[in-house]
Amino acid sequence: MTFQGYRRSDGKAGTRNHVLVIPSVGCSQHVADAITRNLKGAAYLPNILGCGQIGADREQTKRVLVGFGTNPNVFAVLVVGLGCESVPAREVAEAISESGKRVEFIEIQSSGGPRKTTASGRRFVRAMLAEAARAAREPIPLNELILGTECGGSDYTSGLASNPALGVASDLLIAAGGTVILSETPELIGAEHIIARRARTLDVGRKVIEATAWWEKQAIDSGQNIREANPSPGNIAGGITTLEEKSLGCIYKAGTAPLEEAIPYAFAPTRKGLVFMDTPAHDIEQLTGMVAGGAQIVVFTTGRGTPIGSPIAPVIKLTANGELYRTMRDAIDVDVSRVLKGSETLKDAGQRIFEQIIAVASGKSTKAERLGQRDFCIFTIGTHI
Amino acid sequence: MKCKAIIISEKDNVATALESIEAGTTLSIEHQARTERITLPSTVPAGHKFALCEIGAGEYVVKYGEPIGIAVVRILPGEHAHVHNIRSHEKKAEEGL
Repeated sequence: MTFQGYRRSDGKAGTRNHVLVIPSVGCSQHVADAITRNLKGAAYLPNILGCGQIGADREQTKRVLVGFGTNPNVFAVLVVGLGCESVPAREVAEAISESGKRVEFIEIQSSGGPRKTTASGRRFVRAMLAEAARAAREPIPLNELILGTECGGSDYTSGLASNPALGVASDLLIAAGGTVILSETPELIGAEHIIARRARTLDVGRKVIEATAWWEKQAIDSGQNIREANPSPGNIAGGITTLEEKSLGCIYKAGTAPLEEAIPYAFAPTRKGLVFMDTPAHDIEQLTGMVAGGAQIVVFTTGRGTPIGSPIAPVIKLTANGELYRTMRDAIDVDVSRVLKGSETLKDAGQRIFEQIIAVASGKSTKAERLGQRDFCIFTIGTHI
Repeated sequence: MKCKAIIISEKDNVATALESIEAGTTLSIEHQARTERITLPSTVPAGHKFALCEIGAGEYVVKYGEPIGIAVVRILPGEHAHVHNIRSHEKKAEEGL
């Protein structure tokens, strides 16, 4: 099985063909915005970090920016720096160039200010857009697809139908040789042993357990006990009895395949099949981590509704809440509420989602893309100085 | 009556109500080849669970094909299954390895 994608010089394949402008620091974000304004096919990252960062926290910001630049959904990159930031534009551009991708960098302080930087940035982006327009889609085996899975704004329909239906689609993609990322670690707590039990090796299982334990400790250190506070009174009123039940509803979206690998935030999977990435449950930080890790497409389940989207990866919004699909049709792509009415099986709904993944990977636009949603937020792990 | 409740996995011993179901209602719930016919002794709100069979005290309550907790008292067929008769089993994470 194949999708219609763009083959890149490093051998990877993308579902989109963006020219991406990356501000390596928050101070160059407005110039990055100005460079891409009204240029169809150009996108920029609304990055506010890159200054006053040290150690592992700085490395994480750099890794995310480089991960977006090397994501195969991107044709060419312009990195825009200020000139004195802790994540220098040159460093980000050099790391991206190792993938063989066209990349340039520019700094506002040495280019005569914001207006001149914007003008020369636009010249480069226009030239890249003209080249990008000549790239053609070709059949790409589905085993090259990395699907990010996510749930947010959940209600009781999420655990009952939209996550299990996405799980069926995840299994179909993995059966075709592809990769599925399960993340949002805090929402694994109480069900981490189930994911760990599915691990290929003891070491992979242990990493899952260690990741959930880290998040629990973070909460305890700030005076919170996740297991006491969860499920919340609202969850209990809605019928969720235990934390295990809540987390099980969440992990269902990753299907039933064995867990091949456990990776830290924004790292790229090195194995195909089901991969766990340690991320926050914060919707945009999680999405950003998976796309930085190379996901070319994302499916996001919701019960209450959210418009979330990524600057470079299509995000398919899925709900089993029929009322939500009716009232928020401009943000939701797929409705599987018929599963709960008994008029569609989970298997059929999962097949429909799988087909939608292939269609969107091949160029069909998502509601989030049509809305122009370009949400981006890096998970920080240190104090900014 | 059909489609007022859902069974997720064949291993489950509870079903979830998709709308509020009144006490005394007899339901027929289909899941793949299995059909459960059950009468609810008490009203079950939308999104809440009820037992599909008798679950003894100390036995696992199974949803999504996995234990979601332990019955603290005997739960009768059709009975509302929630925080008043189920507790988290706080399974040690290492048990999974």
